[in-house]
Amino acid sequence: MSEKQTTAIRMESALGRVRGLGSAKQGTHHWWMQRVTSMALLPLTLWFVLSVATLAGKSHEATLAWIAHPLNATLLLASIGLSFHHAAAGLQVVIEDYVRGEMPRMFSILAVKAACWLFGLLSAIAVLKIAL
Amino acid sequence: MATFTLPKNSTIGTGQTYKAEPGAKNVKSFKIYRFDPDTGENPRYDTYEIDLDKCGPMVLDALIKIKNEVDTTLTFRRSCREGICGSCAMNIDGMNTLACLKPIEDVQKKDVRITPLPHMPVVKDLVPDLSHIYAQLRSIEPWLKSDTPPPPDEERRQSKDERAKLDGLWECILCFCCSTSCPSYWWNGDRYLGPAVLLQAYRWIADSRDEYTGQRLDNLEDPFRLYRCHTIMNCAATCPKGLNPAQAIGKIKQMMVERQG
Repeated sequence: MSEKQTTAIRMESALGRVRGLGSAKQGTHHWWMQRVTSMALLPLTLWFVLSVATLAGKSHEATLAWIAHPLNATLLLASIGLSFHHAAAGLQVVIEDYVRGEMPRMFSILAVKAACWLFGLLSAIAVLKIAL
Repeated sequence: MATFTLPKNSTIGTGQTYKAEPGAKNVKSFKIYRFDPDTGENPRYDTYEIDLDKCGPMVLDALIKIKNEVDTTLTFRRSCREGICGSCAMNIDGMNTLACLKPIEDVQKKDVRITPLPHMPVVKDLVPDLSHIYAQLRSIEPWLKSDTPPPPDEERRQSKDERAKLDGLWECILCFCCSTSCPSYWWNGDRYLGPAVLLQAYRWIADSRDEYTGQRLDNLEDPFRLYRCHTIMNCAATCPKGLNPAQAIGKIKQMMVERQG
């Protein structure tokens, strides 16, 4: 809580304070998608790590050809989308847990989402450029 | 940011030591948190040496002995002394529990350290201010809500299976050991309802006689009220009645997903 909030005199009842602005009527989708993306990322991450390991020592051309293969490109795009979605959702929870004040909280969440979107798009376009 | 250290006016100093009577053979010392808002002084630990040969077996027995025989200014809540009223909830040897159910001999350390329930405003010594958490309990409306009138001259009936769903929920005595052990409740207790209140919410959601399940879920569907639970599980570890609030919260989340189709 900010200095101003803690020092302001509040005579509202405890129940009024608890009821506050009411429930947001959301949060389930966010929570559920975090679980779903983590489940989907288990096999995808395993596949990605094993693929990168087998690509070790291969030439630049061979690597480009591997990325350009439709199956690999599809799985790469899926991994990128899910990873950045999962990262943004997870970081949002961390920010909500620890950052105090509506404004700092909102700006941090927006910044994280912007960064995840931009890095996600950048990675996706890099794959598409090679594949298409 | 969340506060990880005590503010300056909350750091705990060392207070007085009350020695055991000479000749006492079985002595254990109790290091107890003392705070009096009227003095404006920082809190302190007072140490009381107690002859266990002249004291009951539980930590609450020692506290009552101290208050009766050593220092009448020591302030704490207690009532039933048998684990059903939930009044004597406090932090003993680093774990929230009921003083009346905690045997002194379970504390292996030299001192039995006793502090109030963590992260709550302290009224005095071991007495925390529970008005916010009581308001949170009231906000989930912990009573039967039904539009169908009860059958005339009869109670509302429930099958054995329906009744069994309330086991592990009705036993909660609202001591708030769990909520005050939850880091998520420490950081965001102003909006997060915490394990005790969410277990109570689920107790009414799970009750077959209640007809307001949907509205109850609506009221909980909130990133802060419900979804601050990160299954840290301190609640289940500390519950003096052996209940599992994290499981009840998990079931609420499951129902939230279920009703989305």
